[in-house]
Amino acid sequence: MQILYFAWLRQRTGLAEESLTPPPEVTTIRELISWLATRGPGHAAAFAEPALVRAALDQELCGPDTPLGTAREVAFFPPVTGG
Amino acid sequence: MGATVRVQEAVFDAAAEAALLAAGRTDIGAIASFTGLCRADDGLASMTLEHWPAVTENAIAAIAAEAMARWPLTGCTVIHRFGRILPGDPIVLVLAASSHRMAALEAVAFLMDWLKTKAPFWKREDFADGSERWVEAKAEDDAAAARWRG
Repeated sequence: MQILYFAWLRQRTGLAEESLTPPPEVTTIRELISWLATRGPGHAAAFAEPALVRAALDQELCGPDTPLGTAREVAFFPPVTGG
Repeated sequence: MGATVRVQEAVFDAAAEAALLAAGRTDIGAIASFTGLCRADDGLASMTLEHWPAVTENAIAAIAAEAMARWPLTGCTVIHRFGRILPGDPIVLVLAASSHRMAALEAVAFLMDWLKTKAPFWKREDFADGSERWVEAKAEDDAAAARWRG
């Protein structure tokens, strides 16, 4: 699974993207966030406040309870601030 | 002529874009325009806009298509910049053309409200002392976007 990070999530993890295989018990966005947060201090900082993190599964916005299913890509980012 | 959407690092020319919307037509009675500029709040030295290249243009095109469906527009243009932007420089251009002014004005307001809350851009403020701060999403922007429904 490809994980993408944007804005301060990218800065805190130190990664724009990474390829990972979560363990089988990780089945939702919420569980993926909890698992990613254990990967190191940068990841822990990035996901310290999950309520501030938005997610997209294969480029579609999704909520924390969305099943990962067979998604190939998950993106994490703060609420958008363009315009 | 439909919707024109561009995501680019370069500065845009608002007058030239408006002229393109009107070129060769005599049925347009109004072109409404919004240009968003970079403000120098709190000693800001520059702003850096990050975006999601694989998604941004399609996301904006969907918003523009929604505007074309909701109002009788003859065309609309959305240009959004990314990268480093200096105070006073333009960030975003939205134009809407229609036979009458109300559709054009409303469509521009709608496009900006949805761009601010649905297009994958993130602003980082860079200050003269070397510090930086990611801009936080504003509740009033969400409220403004919600008034259009759907």
